[in-house]
Amino acid sequence: MDLSFLFFYLFAAVAVGAALVVVLNRNILHCAMALVLMFFAIAALFLMLGAEFIAAVQVLVYAGAIMVLFLFVILLIQIDRVQMLRFAHRQSPLVVIIAVLLLAELLYMIIRGTLGIAPGGADAAAAGAASGSTEAFGALLYTTYLFPFEVASVLLLAAMIGAILLARLDKEEVGGVSRQDMS
Amino acid sequence: MISLQHYLALGAILFAIGVVGVLTRRNAILILMAIELMLNGVNITLIAFARHAGNLTGQIFVLFIITVAAAEAAVGLALVIALFRGRDTLNVDEIHLLKW
Amino acid sequence: MELRFPEYDLGLLAPMLILVITGLVVLLADTFGRRRASGDRSFLAYLSLLGLLLTFYANSRLSGVVAAPFHGLLAIDAVAVFFNYVFLASSMLVVLMSISYGARHSMNVGEYYGLILFSTLGMMLMAAGGDLMTIFLGVEILSLNLYVLAGFLRGQARSNEAAMKYFLLGAFATGFLLYGISFLYGATGTTNLKAMGGFLKAAPAGNVSALLYVGMGLLIVGFGFKVTAVPFHMYTPDVYEGAPTSITAFLSAGPKAAGFAALVRVFSFALEGLHADWWGAFWLIAALTMTLGNILAIVQANIKRMLAYSSIAHAGYVLVALVASGGVGGAQRLGVSSVLFYTLAYTFFNLGAFAVVVAMGRGDRDQVGLADYAGLGYRRPWLALVMALFMVSLAGIPPTAGFVGKFVVFKSALNAGFVWLTIIAVLNSVVAVFYYLRVIVIMYMREPAAEMQAEAAGASFSGSLVIALILAVLGTLDLGLFPSRYLDLALRSVQALLG
Repeated sequence: MDLSFLFFYLFAAVAVGAALVVVLNRNILHCAMALVLMFFAIAALFLMLGAEFIAAVQVLVYAGAIMVLFLFVILLIQIDRVQMLRFAHRQSPLVVIIAVLLLAELLYMIIRGTLGIAPGGADAAAAGAASGSTEAFGALLYTTYLFPFEVASVLLLAAMIGAILLARLDKEEVGGVSRQDMS
Repeated sequence: MISLQHYLALGAILFAIGVVGVLTRRNAILILMAIELMLNGVNITLIAFARHAGNLTGQIFVLFIITVAAAEAAVGLALVIALFRGRDTLNVDEIHLLKW
Repeated sequence: MELRFPEYDLGLLAPMLILVITGLVVLLADTFGRRRASGDRSFLAYLSLLGLLLTFYANSRLSGVVAAPFHGLLAIDAVAVFFNYVFLASSMLVVLMSISYGARHSMNVGEYYGLILFSTLGMMLMAAGGDLMTIFLGVEILSLNLYVLAGFLRGQARSNEAAMKYFLLGAFATGFLLYGISFLYGATGTTNLKAMGGFLKAAPAGNVSALLYVGMGLLIVGFGFKVTAVPFHMYTPDVYEGAPTSITAFLSAGPKAAGFAALVRVFSFALEGLHADWWGAFWLIAALTMTLGNILAIVQANIKRMLAYSSIAHAGYVLVALVASGGVGGAQRLGVSSVLFYTLAYTFFNLGAFAVVVAMGRGDRDQVGLADYAGLGYRRPWLALVMALFMVSLAGIPPTAGFVGKFVVFKSALNAGFVWLTIIAVLNSVVAVFYYLRVIVIMYMREPAAEMQAEAAGASFSGSLVIALILAVLGTLDLGLFPSRYLDLALRSVQALLG
């Protein structure tokens, strides 16, 4: 048996297992840790798919930055209070059943191979060889996809402004110190 | 060589687990985590398709998805803080938040 | 390794660049203006208006251009230009009505106007998206800004809740959108819409990948949330009620038009070859959206909630035009042009109605109960008169823009052979007349409560709000009485793309 199968099933099992923990566990800290584990397993799969750069970004941004943010907020707010932010789902069993049915149908189609996936282009072999290269990725990002790259900077700026605006203290909350003095 | 179908199946499973998580969890932070699960399912699908199609578009798309996920997490968690702060002084039992 | 940066024409990007620069200037002006402790910061709104006017001018310079800069990532063409007018009109009206509202709720800060400008950029990217990547980034810029704007009244639990609900469902919808995009990419090997259309044309008939159908379904779910289509509408009333009124107005106009712009780009143009496969889903959604929106609007006692359900119902009418935007004959041309015309018309009379709701507010209190409108015809005759006009237009009665909009939508549906859908839409319009006219009846036939009568004396308009109302009235009447100019423009816009 090919060793890569072993690794695939290992990482896939870790990812699915961790995902189930995120969805089922009662302790929010355990959920966060399981999510980190899943991010790493996915990063390993990205490596197997020849996407080294994305794997690195996955570890740095997801497992690093995003998870730190999550943990920070979880620890900042008493967890039992957060549990009170309750969503009332009256129809949730129905929704779960529908979701499971859709998944079953999707998996059936995937496994039976009835999807009729588009064949790779004529240059698939050549591009496939280059696809692992971070150099090729960077060249493409800074030429063909330069525009979305620039647009992403506006997106991040807007998100930053929004996050600061929502999370900062009001003037009355800091005891009479006006906003002018704070800024 | 692991086939495309393997990766697609994994992506579909992760996405579905995420959907179920969003619909059953009662805590805003946990719902946000479940959304991250969905996005990871999408990412693995895109990267698998990118290798199959033999171009890097899918990988570049994933880079932007990760960027957006970071931005969404920042805004979402800021909202959690804002909501929590507003609640702090209120009677928590009276929250009939978000009927949907 | 030598990198060759793409050559680009800044003129094509001028509207977007001006918006971003104005947004940054507004943010900086606020930061530095804050040093001088003068309380009034409405100059930020006028700065934003100036930027929007400049953008409007830059946009008008693009008429007649058909270009796909940045390797086809953008599609700058007449349809994008037309939608840009819709977005700019909506943002300008919202900025105008925000000045007095913002002063009352101490929301007149740089971030507020900056985020409105950035979200307008997001809408433009969606309308000019030549690639699913651009559309996705546009959706996200728009949505992230809207989540924050919906929660802008941080002191109010309602506003916070609205923002949280909007955020969680919006992010959820984004997941579906992305999963759909990944399947379309898998099926065609590209995210470029033009290349995708080409791939479908080249593919042997009836032999397209099942992935494509799954992808289309997921895209419909994802975009369905953004345009508040039933059954993905459930967040709408709560979010619209909880958000600041000026932002509710914004949510119901520009962003929804942007959602339709993206739907037109993806379904009416790129996936036009599969019209036979996707119209059924939209048919069902359109029928449900109109019917549920109108029926639930009837029972609302809060005008913001009523307008929320009314905006759902109107999304249904636009979906009718979308159903018709493909297939045989000139159906595509007629369908897409009615989407264009309807979103433009709806922007005016819908924002006008919201401007009246803003004008009704006193201090930091909004008057959003329908009962608050009792006797308005005597207390504030002018306000009641324009409100009556907007209600008549929302109901689709001539000689207003609402009537012409519905007329062209129904005509395009009939032309494409969707008789039953048209019948459902007409029946819905009849039902809708009831709750719109009820507002007029309340305003003119019902006695106000005693304390309100006393309150009427101190009523005053702010100048900017009057301008917003006048612009909305002019738009509603102009598109209603002399629609041919705009219909022509809409038709020619689509023609330029197809020809």
